[in-house]
Amino acid sequence: MTKKVVIIGGGIAGMEAASTLSRMNIDVLLIEKKQQLGGHVGEWDHLFPNFRNAREITRSLLYDLQDKHIKICTSTEITGISKKSGKFEVRTTQQQTFKADSILLSTGFDLFDARKKEEYGYGIYENVITSVDLEQKLKESNVLTMASGVIPKRIAMIHCVGSRDEKSGYFHCSKVCCITAVKQAIEVKQKLPHAEIFCFYMDLRMYGKKFEELYREAQEKWGIQFVRGRLSEAAENMDGSLQIKSEDTLSGRPLKMNVDLMVLMIGMVPSESTTFLGKMLGIHFSEDGFINHDDIHLENNLTNVPGIFTAGTVTSPMTITDTIADARSAALKIATYIS
Amino acid sequence: MKEFGFSITKDRQIDYDQNDHRLLNFVLENEPSFIVCISCGGCTATCSAGNLIDFNIRKLNILIRRGETEDLEREINKCMLCGKCMLVCPRGINTRNVILKIKEAIQKFR
Repeated sequence: MTKKVVIIGGGIAGMEAASTLSRMNIDVLLIEKKQQLGGHVGEWDHLFPNFRNAREITRSLLYDLQDKHIKICTSTEITGISKKSGKFEVRTTQQQTFKADSILLSTGFDLFDARKKEEYGYGIYENVITSVDLEQKLKESNVLTMASGVIPKRIAMIHCVGSRDEKSGYFHCSKVCCITAVKQAIEVKQKLPHAEIFCFYMDLRMYGKKFEELYREAQEKWGIQFVRGRLSEAAENMDGSLQIKSEDTLSGRPLKMNVDLMVLMIGMVPSESTTFLGKMLGIHFSEDGFINHDDIHLENNLTNVPGIFTAGTVTSPMTITDTIADARSAALKIATYIS
Repeated sequence: MKEFGFSITKDRQIDYDQNDHRLLNFVLENEPSFIVCISCGGCTATCSAGNLIDFNIRKLNILIRRGETEDLEREINKCMLCGKCMLVCPRGINTRNVILKIKEAIQKFR
């Protein structure tokens, strides 16, 4: 009898794991709570570090899902999972019950709610937006304006919003925001060549392939300026522009400036779905709220529950490159487990 | 009358909007490599002058970027133009020429 795997979460990790498993002749059921597959990447515009259109990624992954081994259920949520003599029984909101030899959790991340960082004024000041809002604006329109419709002359990108900040509840680094800020700063500069753009950072973590090159390009070709310091607060001026304060830690002096638009680089936090399912299944979480691995080096797709595996950002923030690699590795681990 | 109040102590805050950025722009125009500085401090670690007296070229670079040029003339004259900073700079900035351009700009915008 063919073995069956239920994959929960149809973002890029779930999609890649499904197609990899199907190529090994393993039956897969891919369950997604939203109407469409693709997760966060499906809503993005252009990707770091090479400005590739994000739709190319989802299109390619969708293409690979056309296989007789793969069944897809969208607009479906999990209501319960039970384990009987090594087999799982998965129940959904569509009143279906599926049997599985193994389960892959690829329920991804949630975005940090920037309103929690009240001193930055998201949801209070009209010219404070998030990196996700900016990406939507870049996707939908050729112009970028302040809320009033005026072209902004100075824009600040604020790194680490909801990351490396215990006061907002998350001490971990979200890994992708530094390079996303550099990418978006360049895109904004391309749209508004006369605007001044400042990135306020604590550390610039340019660890990935071609990240350092993009950072240098931002400085050299686009004149993006970098200020090392965490913003303490923002206050709105009469005209809707914002006065921001930070320490310029490299000169050891406090600094203030006015900006027309402020972009908050919001972090990745453990998704509600992951927490819900993890608790239901008795899975161990680490201190940062993401799923824990007992062996972080050699077994980074295994959970403490035999038969339940992880792929992608359920265990930590990841780039697309790392997510795809993690999904393939999970598929291989599952194939070994069920045979 | 004895002076008192807030005015005796100078504000330490960098007020970016009030500052003059002509000097920075002049240096950037004439020595474009200046823009890729990542404030690693290599220059300052090797600096012949900085090892003997209070002189921090890395910090001066940042202050110029913020338009803080008040004490610059006195500070920049501490440089002996030995050029060791140029040898260690990981981003290949022509730091020696940056200093020459700063001196030129000070004369120009004084």
